[in-house]
Amino acid sequence: MHMSRKLLLLFIVFQIFNLNRGYSATGIDSLKISTSCFICHKETENLPADISPDDAHLQAAISCAGCHGGDDTSDDPDISMSRTHGFKGVPLKKDIPQLCGKCHSDINFMRKYQPRMATDQVDQYFQSIHGKQLLRGDQKVADCTSCHTAHAIRPVSDPRSSVYALNLPATCNHCHGDSMLMSKYKLKSDAYKMYRSSVHGIALLDRKDTNAPACNDCHGNHGATPPGIESIAYVCGTCHMNNSQYFSESKMSKVFSSSGFHSCEQCHGHHYIIPPTDQMLGTDSSSVCIKCHKSGDAGYQAAKDIYDQVTGFAKLYAQAEQQLQEIRTKGMNDVEIGFTLQESRQHLIQLRTLVHTFDVGKISSKSAEGQKLLAGAIDMEKFEIKEFYWRRFGFGISTLAFVILIIALILKIRQKK
Amino acid sequence: MNHFFNSKMYRWLDERLDLEPVKNLIVHKTVPVHKHTLWYYLGGVTLFLFFIQVFTGILLLMYYQPTEDTAYESIQFILNKVHFGWLIRNIHSWGANLMIFFAFVHMFSVFFTRAYEKPRELTWVSGFILLVLAMAFGFSGYLLPWNELSFFATKVGTDIVGTIPLIGEKLKIIIRGGDDVSGATLSRFFGLHVAILPALFTMLLALHLSLVQRQGVSEPWFFKMLPEIKKRYISFFPDFVMRDMLLWLIINLIILSLAVFYPWNLGLKADPLSSAPLGIKPEWYFMFMFQTLKFLPPHLLGIEGETLGVLFFGLVAILWMMLPFIKIKNKFLYQHRFTPLLGILGLVFIIVMTILGYIL
Repeated sequence: MHMSRKLLLLFIVFQIFNLNRGYSATGIDSLKISTSCFICHKETENLPADISPDDAHLQAAISCAGCHGGDDTSDDPDISMSRTHGFKGVPLKKDIPQLCGKCHSDINFMRKYQPRMATDQVDQYFQSIHGKQLLRGDQKVADCTSCHTAHAIRPVSDPRSSVYALNLPATCNHCHGDSMLMSKYKLKSDAYKMYRSSVHGIALLDRKDTNAPACNDCHGNHGATPPGIESIAYVCGTCHMNNSQYFSESKMSKVFSSSGFHSCEQCHGHHYIIPPTDQMLGTDSSSVCIKCHKSGDAGYQAAKDIYDQVTGFAKLYAQAEQQLQEIRTKGMNDVEIGFTLQESRQHLIQLRTLVHTFDVGKISSKSAEGQKLLAGAIDMEKFEIKEFYWRRFGFGISTLAFVILIIALILKIRQKK
Repeated sequence: MNHFFNSKMYRWLDERLDLEPVKNLIVHKTVPVHKHTLWYYLGGVTLFLFFIQVFTGILLLMYYQPTEDTAYESIQFILNKVHFGWLIRNIHSWGANLMIFFAFVHMFSVFFTRAYEKPRELTWVSGFILLVLAMAFGFSGYLLPWNELSFFATKVGTDIVGTIPLIGEKLKIIIRGGDDVSGATLSRFFGLHVAILPALFTMLLALHLSLVQRQGVSEPWFFKMLPEIKKRYISFFPDFVMRDMLLWLIINLIILSLAVFYPWNLGLKADPLSSAPLGIKPEWYFMFMFQTLKFLPPHLLGIEGETLGVLFFGLVAILWMMLPFIKIKNKFLYQHRFTPLLGILGLVFIIVMTILGYIL
């Protein structure tokens, strides 16, 4: 083997071993920390495996002793890790929330670091299912470190953070996707799978739209708890305001409440929420209305009427949109038609939102308003298409005139020859 | 024709205006017929296209509003609301391109048939300046719709002007009417496009045409060497004019077809605060220069590459304009047709760079 190849192989092997050292490759070496804990644990290669140089506490120069206790000024392990100096070692699971809360619940302390950060996380946590379970002595339930990690805690705005919007579903799924663990709590373990294919999951995880809801947006963060029947409409309504308001003002809301139905969830589901379609209305097999309404009752007829109004308008809109594309392809005037269709589209969105009033009168009136607009757009489209063919006809006549002139001139030139 | 010259109207005009020179020109002017006669028609085609531009330009002027807020909307109005506005605007856009194309072809035909040589030096110089003015027409007119593409192309184009040593930066500010392309630039370009350039162009065109009429049509060397008996001529009027008109009719039909089947897209309104869209390109007749500047390294011979490129094109343009005055004394170069060879190289360079500009 050539010398250069040997050197290359040696370099690769060295790099592999170097990477396997874990924390050393994460850039922890670059940290200038002079506490005895860090120096000794680094020398003995005994730093926590998950330690990250970007850890928010390391960055804020909060030493290991801040959580683990002890005297981080002494080089002597018997002193630095002595119980008399407050050394706690690895904190017990049941103590972790209080340990974090020692600083994070202290307004005066937090003001020095993150003045705008809330300090009620521990209170909220103990109101959550997680917190309540912990108080019952559950050793498997999530504590602060389960979501935030222990030694690689990054701000929520950091895309590398385990609680960053795009990473949060996977973080929750770490426990909630574990069927063995979830079966102990009689919970399903498919929430992530369902969410992943839902309209929200696709928006957040595929389109990277961080405005789309992750688990915490519906369940809460530290006070994580399933939204109950009473509050689910409010939870959805934080984003879907009009739908929520229309629903809560509708007669149906009271019926749902008295029947023990889960408002929004009853028709749209929860984790697996697919984009709503007009086919969810009406009386076909895909309709959600017929789950309760049967042929002959007033609700059944209303479902049919609402479906007819919405689909009738949507069909007309699609037709106008298709004709607009044709006009654009033909290079004709699309400006005013485009504006009118934009306005019509707004009507269609409003119409679909109004469905949540379940009021046929309101829906019919909105539909009529929009159809009037659409009729105007369709008339303009017809005019443009007619104009296009008229131009072609005019071109044909002009070409004929030009050709006749050209032939006449050629004949005249030949005659002169 | 004699019937016309004997008419009462002609005699009435002749009595007052002495139309004898015009009559002589019409009756006696001839055009030689040979294998390169076709090239004689290209000047006429360019002139015809100029007339189309003047006519359609005046019509557009009735509705066009040269301000930052209304320019784009007024073109939209012309295209969508004015009767035949779409046709007039498209003919104006296509006519501009064809006019410059035929001006280029006309210039090269004059070059390769050596029609620029003595005594037609001034015709060549005036013709070249007319081409430069036509390109200035194109550059100024391109901005007038105030759409995204024209806005950023003007920005790039005027930036290039800024690279001229010493006067570049000042010249750029004068052209733009400020530090950046703005409503002030639009006003300036409009003024240039509809007043200054037409005035200069018309004066030079009058000179160019007068020179052509005064000196007659150039005869190529192989035609001159023919014995008199073998030389064929056709009368300028009506034979040449009829052929000219035939070509004009064909060109008219071509423009009409292009305007109907390939209308010029207005695009989006210019937004000075947005970033430049991808693929900003100048008009095709500036493309060879633009592409060459892109190929130049940042620094060459201690000078900024772009500056050197601009200086090079400036020098070549001056040399090209002064071509009839440059005498090649070296017998070897003369015999080996050095000048036409340079012309071919120049033409190939323009074509290759233009194609590269579109495909790269």
